[in-house]
Amino acid sequence: MAEIMSLKEAVAAFVKDGATVAMEGFTHLIPHAAAHEVIRQGRRDLTLVRMTPDIIYDQLIGMGCAAKLIFSWGGNPGVGSLHRLRDAVENGWPGKLEIVEHAHAAMANAYEAGAAGLPLAVFRGYLGTDHETVNPDIKRIECPFTGEVLACVPSIRPDVAVIHAQQADKRGNVLLWGITGVQKEAVLAAKNAIVTVEEVVEEIDAAMNATILPRWTVSAVCVVPRGAHPSYAHGYYKRHNAFYKRWDEIARDRDSFREWMDRYVMSAELFDDTWSKLKADGYV
Amino acid sequence: MSDDQGFTRDEMMTVAAARLLTNETVCFVGIGLPSAAANLARLTRAPDVVLIYESGTIATKPDVLPLSIGDGELAETARTVVSVPEMFRYWLQGGRIDVGFLGAAQIDRWGNINTSVIGEYHTPKVRLPGGGGAPEIATNTGEVYVILRQSKRTFVDHLDFVTSLGGGPRREGLKIPGKGPTKLITDLGVLEPDPETGELTLVALHKGSTVEQAVAATGWPLKVADTVVETEAPTPDELSVLRDLNARTAKAHAGDA
Repeated sequence: MAEIMSLKEAVAAFVKDGATVAMEGFTHLIPHAAAHEVIRQGRRDLTLVRMTPDIIYDQLIGMGCAAKLIFSWGGNPGVGSLHRLRDAVENGWPGKLEIVEHAHAAMANAYEAGAAGLPLAVFRGYLGTDHETVNPDIKRIECPFTGEVLACVPSIRPDVAVIHAQQADKRGNVLLWGITGVQKEAVLAAKNAIVTVEEVVEEIDAAMNATILPRWTVSAVCVVPRGAHPSYAHGYYKRHNAFYKRWDEIARDRDSFREWMDRYVMSAELFDDTWSKLKADGYV
Repeated sequence: MSDDQGFTRDEMMTVAAARLLTNETVCFVGIGLPSAAANLARLTRAPDVVLIYESGTIATKPDVLPLSIGDGELAETARTVVSVPEMFRYWLQGGRIDVGFLGAAQIDRWGNINTSVIGEYHTPKVRLPGGGGAPEIATNTGEVYVILRQSKRTFVDHLDFVTSLGGGPRREGLKIPGKGPTKLITDLGVLEPDPETGELTLVALHKGSTVEQAVAATGWPLKVADTVVETEAPTPDELSVLRDLNARTAKAHAGDA
């Protein structure tokens, strides 16, 4: 049952060392503030799950929080590589990172299967590709009705899902809109879910088919305005594309990455401090 | 090909790719070059083309090109926005897409694509982003167009990893719903699979490009069709729409805050 609490409390309560954590967001509503808090609290040996690992996973990996990454597209969208992810895979810095590579179709299906309480997801995929030669989680299953051979992967059941949304009400019911990605599935597949929101409103005012996560599907709701920046929150602020381009230079070099993290994340108390520093230094 | 013709190779490539889409096409669009070509088509010859991005945006009409696959612009201008599982299950796997429009890091003579690793998988020289939606786009759409600048670095004899399936021998014995790559549009010309063997063959050259250039920019002995046609140069209208689109896009991405 959702409790409204600080992000610091929520991460301390639900993100433990060694946990399987899915911080989702398909370009939109990426939980940047929450990832920063996980890094600040010094979590280690996390299995990170995400269809599209981008800047926050680059940060978590570069700061040594992750032991394993399950993913389907790991890059800085429209810009290029995630340099910290690459450094970990190519050179083992700052530590060895095990990777489990999937395609989007597999992960989207696996989250849905997780939400549905199934052990596996079945789909028509990985036809003629090399993924199953390096990823033992990809198997084949024969349809008992038609004989068609289909791909299957284990469902995703994270210990904790972390997402950002536009609104919650005072009781902790959550509303998100725009590109909703796999967030609903990730929350329903997970044992616990932390949701950061732009604001808490008196009453959620949404169409009857809106994407709502009722309070009893969520563990913690934390109010963090601008908590998705430099990703975006539809209706609140736009994607900060210029920052994504700047991240390429920041993360390319180990020292400049660490300096940036020290200044904007490690020495910040709250995401508001990060925002103020970014503003003072002309990033935003 | 140089600016003295009045257009660049990249512009010619984008225009040639855009001409493949019609008002009847339902197209699943990759980010980058495919997105530029698909939107150029929508803004010129094919205003009713249906553009779908894997972020869940269906029939989207962005005014500027998205930097990421899920920019807000795509959602705001879409007919509808669906979840990512729905996108991959109902729309792509469900067989609702005519054309998958893909980019690539490397391609081989059969149209197999590598976007995963260069070098040995577990100790790679270069870790690339991975396949994203492409592995299933490549097989579950009616046909696939690939757009890629031609060079020995990108057109390689051997792929270290097949992220997305092309045509040729690897397809044998597999039940693939779609036809796979039917066009490969480069900055020099157009390649199509040989009807018998499936090997990608040079069938068209853009104005100003030569067979020798195309052969030199290919990492395998390039097959050349008996008749190679010349692509029509971009029209003033195609060029001005493309340049306006690129200018609007550059301005928007520099200023977003």
